[in-house]
Amino acid sequence: MQKSFNFKKFISNNAIIILIILLALLTGLTTKNFFKINNFKNLVVNVSPRFIIACGVSGCLITKGTDLSAGRAVGLAACLSAMLLQSLDYSARMLPWMPNIPWPVALLIVIVIMGCFGGVNGVVVSSLKVPPFIATLGMQTIIYGLCSLITNNQPMGGYKSSYLKVASGSLGPIPYLMIFAVVVGVYFWFLYNKTRHGKYMYAIGGNESAAQVAGVNVKASLIRIYVLAGCMYALAGFLVGAKAGGASTATGNGYELEAIAACTIGGVSANGGVGRVGGILIGVLVFEILKICLQFLGVDPAYTYIAQGLVIVIAVALDLRKYLQKK
Amino acid sequence: MSEYRLEMHDVVKTFPGVRALGGAQLRLRPGTVHALMGENGAGKSTLMKCMFGIYHMDEGEVIYEGQKVEIKGPLDALNRGIAMVHQELQPIPERSIGENIYVGRYPLKKIGPLSVIDHDKMYEDAARVLKEVHLDYDPKAKLGTLSVSQMQLVEIAKAVSADCKVLILDEPTSSLTAAEVEALFTIINELRSKGVSIVYISHKMDEILRISDEVTIMRDGQYIGTWSAKELTTDFIITKMVGRELSELYPTRENKPGEVVFEVEDFTSINPKSFRHVSFQLRKGEILGVAGLVGAQRTELMEGLFGLRCHTTGKITYNGTEIKITQPKDAINNGIAMLTEDRRATGILGVLSIADNVSIASLNQYLIGGVMLDDAKIEKLVQENVAKLSIKTPSSKTQIQSLSGGNQQKVLISRWLANNPDVFIMDEPTRGIDVGAKYEIYCIIAEMAKQGKSIIMISSEMSELIGMSDRIMVMCDGRVTGFVNGDEANQENIMAFATQFE
Repeated sequence: MQKSFNFKKFISNNAIIILIILLALLTGLTTKNFFKINNFKNLVVNVSPRFIIACGVSGCLITKGTDLSAGRAVGLAACLSAMLLQSLDYSARMLPWMPNIPWPVALLIVIVIMGCFGGVNGVVVSSLKVPPFIATLGMQTIIYGLCSLITNNQPMGGYKSSYLKVASGSLGPIPYLMIFAVVVGVYFWFLYNKTRHGKYMYAIGGNESAAQVAGVNVKASLIRIYVLAGCMYALAGFLVGAKAGGASTATGNGYELEAIAACTIGGVSANGGVGRVGGILIGVLVFEILKICLQFLGVDPAYTYIAQGLVIVIAVALDLRKYLQKK
Repeated sequence: MSEYRLEMHDVVKTFPGVRALGGAQLRLRPGTVHALMGENGAGKSTLMKCMFGIYHMDEGEVIYEGQKVEIKGPLDALNRGIAMVHQELQPIPERSIGENIYVGRYPLKKIGPLSVIDHDKMYEDAARVLKEVHLDYDPKAKLGTLSVSQMQLVEIAKAVSADCKVLILDEPTSSLTAAEVEALFTIINELRSKGVSIVYISHKMDEILRISDEVTIMRDGQYIGTWSAKELTTDFIITKMVGRELSELYPTRENKPGEVVFEVEDFTSINPKSFRHVSFQLRKGEILGVAGLVGAQRTELMEGLFGLRCHTTGKITYNGTEIKITQPKDAINNGIAMLTEDRRATGILGVLSIADNVSIASLNQYLIGGVMLDDAKIEKLVQENVAKLSIKTPSSKTQIQSLSGGNQQKVLISRWLANNPDVFIMDEPTRGIDVGAKYEIYCIIAEMAKQGKSIIMISSEMSELIGMSDRIMVMCDGRVTGFVNGDEANQENIMAFATQFE
């Protein structure tokens, strides 16, 4: 079937992306240093952990759920990483008895711990049938409490150089952070498009009862999705900590809303069953480019928040309009 | 003043891709019960929704009490004295009966400058209306405390409370018990003697012939004719509704039932009001029809066998070995498939593609290296089924929700055929499907049986059961009350078993 190109439709289907590109061009033409490699690196480094969080939360959204504990989970993961990876000669070590462990081992430990929190979310949502909004709201508060408890509300720093290098280092011109994000992106693309798990996830989001009738083990699928989400928050928290060179209970605050917003802008439908990894990446990029542009243009950060809010609402309204037209 | 209270002429209504009504007509006399008949999808409900202002008709006119009118919406209809009881109830179970009756038109009173709801008047009026339709309920009780059939009667009270001149009843008895049907008929008779014109939509022939004065028959959105109920017979109505002789409605079956492959013994639900002590056998290549009234627990039984509902006792034997089914996956792994009753709610994955919908139950078969799905293999499966079942779709990537009901059903059938099941349970396989697609589905069923698959087919259409089944199992109130051989089956002997209440 030949599809004719409809200019108006193309514009309205991609309005947000087109606006962002225009904004970026405008910024690039009116300010210095916007289209410089450093700025691009800055963008990549900011986008990477957010993309990883958004990938994690996308599974919850596609199955008509959500995960409000994402941000605090990132915070806890950052704090745990800090406790495991403070440099041995740092005077104010949180755990003075902690031996010298390589960062991959620490990362693995954090992933296992956060995966367990995700698993609890999954069980509460799938078996106890608590609505995901409520279940993960509870988890958000619980994680914050635990985080305050284990850190005594003290910010942590004094990381080993090997840990710091995870964020600051690069392979040739490519920052390590970007490599992490690309690996995660490819993994999720494969998972969502080429595996049973992905098909089952879309089926549950499309129609949970029908999926069950078709023999999908809905409970197991949901638990896997929330566990995987937890693991992604762990990775993101680990990277965010390394990037900032420190962590505290405030780390990751509000990240869940940014991730959910990015997914939604990227076409993950709140009605379930729809969402692509490429879309999620675009969603995150739109958000970060918007922030950087406004920063370059010297706009008051207060306005940046207002702009972000508008982008979320407009993007979803446009997305729903597409859906309404189809009807 | 003309002899008719309300006339509708040459009504045309199209939905995207479907012409629901094309030249429909209805003429109602005052003080009569007018039955509106036709198959599912004939346009009865659509025509009534046009009369009640829910839909705006594309062409045609409405003449009400001798004047041409345009009904702008349900509220306009109600103000003119036209009330409707919908097929699907829209109750607010958490609010009181009185509030449900007066929702949207609460009686008001003034407190200074404020208009507030006059609860005393509302409950007084509600009590009076309930009494008028012989219902002994407290208007302050929550609606949710009533049973579904009682809610239906409240809905009728609501229509009566509007002091209507025209009352539309869209399948009002589908969830009523025999005693409640009698109560409803008493109310209808009283309203008729008060001069109300009643439009009565139902599939139940005996009810129609008993209660109605005139019958209008529709087919494929068109007016076929109006007759006086006295001169009609069931056969005549069916012939008019279907538009051809009954014998051509079903394909010739060439299946030969063989040995017993599937046996159920003493199968009992965890819910005491549902199915109990059910035993039956199913032969290879047999089409077993399942008949029963609404509430006979046929669907519940089949969902129990498929692992969607819990059972307490019961033994399922499959090819000579006992199998345990606690979830759909167990049933599927044992070669059982199930097409559910409500295609939208438990069948299709609406926003997903045809390919995803076809392959979802059999993904294990298309793995490369145990992990990765083989898209080419899935596409091949889809194309085979699209050709074999003649599914009309632009491509395999089309969302299933954009297909017609018949094509959706064929996609769901191919979903299960991909698993090559030996036992195929089909719950109302032709519900909401147009006549042409129905015949195609019958052919698919007949072909499956010929290939040696065993089929269990629940249906509420008596003619379908008689036309398609080798044997009919009849249920009443959760029990199997009898079996009738296909060639001996008729309305009477099935109904005799179906009404065998304890």
